[in-house]
Amino acid sequence: MSNTPVSDLTAPQPTAALQRPYAAPARLPDSSWRQQLGSSLLGRFAASAKDPMADDEDLADAEPRSRSRWPVLRALLRSPGAVAGLGVLLLIVLVALAAGHLYPGDPLDMAGQPLLTPGEDWDFPLGTDALGRDIAAGLAHGARVSLLVGVTAALVSVVIGTLIGALAGYFGGRVDRTLTWLIELFQTTPSFLLVVVVVSITQSTIGVIAVVVGLTSWDTVARLVRAEFRALLNADFVLAARTVGYSTRWIIFREVLPNALPPIIITASVIVASAILTESSLSFLGVGDPNKISWGSMIGTGRDMLRSALYLTAIPGAVLVITVFSLNLVGDALISALNPRLRGRTA
Amino acid sequence: MSVRTFYQRLTGRLQTGFRGSVFRAIPTAVGVIVLNFILLQMVPGDAVDALTAEAGSASAETSALLRQQYGLDKSSLVQFGDYVNQLAHLSLGDSPRYGIPVLDVITQRLPNTLLLMGLALVISLVVGVALGVVMALWNGKWPDRVLSSLAFILYSTPGFWIGLMAIVLFAVKLEWLPSGGDGTIGAGLVGVDKFVDKLHYAILPALTLSSFFIAIYARLTRASVLEVLTQDYVRTANAKGLTPWRITWRHVLRNALLPLTTVAGTHLGGLLGGAAVAETVFGWPGIGRLTLEAVQAREYKVLLGILLLSSFIVIVANILVDLLHARLDPRIASRTKGH
Repeated sequence: MSNTPVSDLTAPQPTAALQRPYAAPARLPDSSWRQQLGSSLLGRFAASAKDPMADDEDLADAEPRSRSRWPVLRALLRSPGAVAGLGVLLLIVLVALAAGHLYPGDPLDMAGQPLLTPGEDWDFPLGTDALGRDIAAGLAHGARVSLLVGVTAALVSVVIGTLIGALAGYFGGRVDRTLTWLIELFQTTPSFLLVVVVVSITQSTIGVIAVVVGLTSWDTVARLVRAEFRALLNADFVLAARTVGYSTRWIIFREVLPNALPPIIITASVIVASAILTESSLSFLGVGDPNKISWGSMIGTGRDMLRSALYLTAIPGAVLVITVFSLNLVGDALISALNPRLRGRTA
Repeated sequence: MSVRTFYQRLTGRLQTGFRGSVFRAIPTAVGVIVLNFILLQMVPGDAVDALTAEAGSASAETSALLRQQYGLDKSSLVQFGDYVNQLAHLSLGDSPRYGIPVLDVITQRLPNTLLLMGLALVISLVVGVALGVVMALWNGKWPDRVLSSLAFILYSTPGFWIGLMAIVLFAVKLEWLPSGGDGTIGAGLVGVDKFVDKLHYAILPALTLSSFFIAIYARLTRASVLEVLTQDYVRTANAKGLTPWRITWRHVLRNALLPLTTVAGTHLGGLLGGAAVAETVFGWPGIGRLTLEAVQAREYKVLLGILLLSSFIVIVANILVDLLHARLDPRIASRTKGH
């Protein structure tokens, strides 16, 4: 069996070439997450893994890459899409961090003459809305909200999903049945409606929204981790760890979990993107935090002037699309970046 | 015999067919009811608070008496029993705002939403599968690249923004389709004419709703077709000298679409959430817009009723998908029989 523990995805691995024989023909007992992930989330991986031509090319590439110190990052930087995506995301993060310096004061306050079109007055390069609020300031402060919600939701769902998926996959039996029931319950309940209901029952502050979005999207992570754990539990290295007498906690966190990390990382990037979309839909519908400006709420207020001032909806919408698009680009590239590693383990 | 072993025997015997699917859905249904009850308990203020607020004022004694009367002073377990009992009588309570039972409020709007969702599902499946097949057959060439990027953009675009831009393009600029509503006001149409008129109004919201799912199904179909193309039976069909069209239609597509049926079932919840957004953008009177109205009016009974009912719709849809899947793939039926 070619299953070997990989301690950390990005950590330098001097013995990597020894640990991962690329041509091993063995197959994992259950490779269902690859299909689920590759097809239902991003649609690329399942296809490229089956494509014999692509296989050969990647194999040729993979050999030198595995010897480098940061294989995943290097593979990422080799993909033009990922570089563009990372660049845009970096810019957005910088703008979000600098929003307080660039545009001090409340972006919900009136800044100038109302309804200046973009370029009309260079004090407000992107124009102002019906209440004279600076659109550029709104976008910068809105980036904070979007990033905060995206990252928090992804963290919450990855922590909960990994824990529940690991417990279900590791222990099986009654624990597995109960937790699978919980996963199915959250898969069945329409998550957007659940978010709307919970947010309106509790509070519509940005922190609550971020956590609630995370609480409703952990089921994907849990399903993946559970499948991965079930597949890895039969691996030789887990058996070896058991024989040596390692504790359950050690086996879960130090042996199995590091091997289950690639799908978790990819799913996390997808959850960041979808959480940003969910938050923007919420604030577009007026269920978001009324005290914070967000891209969704800017579109929501600009909507009333759709015919006369299109830029009020078009600009924040375009920024939103570019952000989510960049995130998805990076997520997509992550699949191929992590791919040789996965193939090294499986085929 | 404990409840669980009894249940297992029951489901074990009835694993296949309609009844088996229904029995397997029961734990989820129970979970949905529990979740809704918990959320109902979390609602700030109870029915008596709402009543006294409407009456203007009430003394502490009166409130206590009313709580006793409505059973609100009982333990949560008893209250849960009351809730289940109420559900068993197909009741979700009364809505003070609308003055009619909550279930009636919801079921009045439900057909509109189901029409919108059905239309969106059909559009996204047809368009998505067609795009996916084109992408897979031209794998790596320009049609694949162009369509892949297009699908990727659709996948990243929020539905409400696509809806707004569609209004600007198709309703304001081109004037092809109406920008909102669910029928021409005052046209006095009946029968088929009325339905056609309604469909006319449903096109833009349905397209908006389907945009995200078109992208998903296109990518899914592409991956799935590429996988099937490498199978031995496709090579055999090729060797037999079948036409490419026939191979794609009979041998590839039939097998490639199997995973799609499972996924389409799990997307129903997402479709319901998307409907809430699309309905609000286009002023389509369905349960999605009702959700927003209920949020604004703090009508928690209506809100939770919608959540409960939508969850049950998803459960029922999943049972149907199960059956469809078993029918399309004989391997599944024989597998479950073997247990």
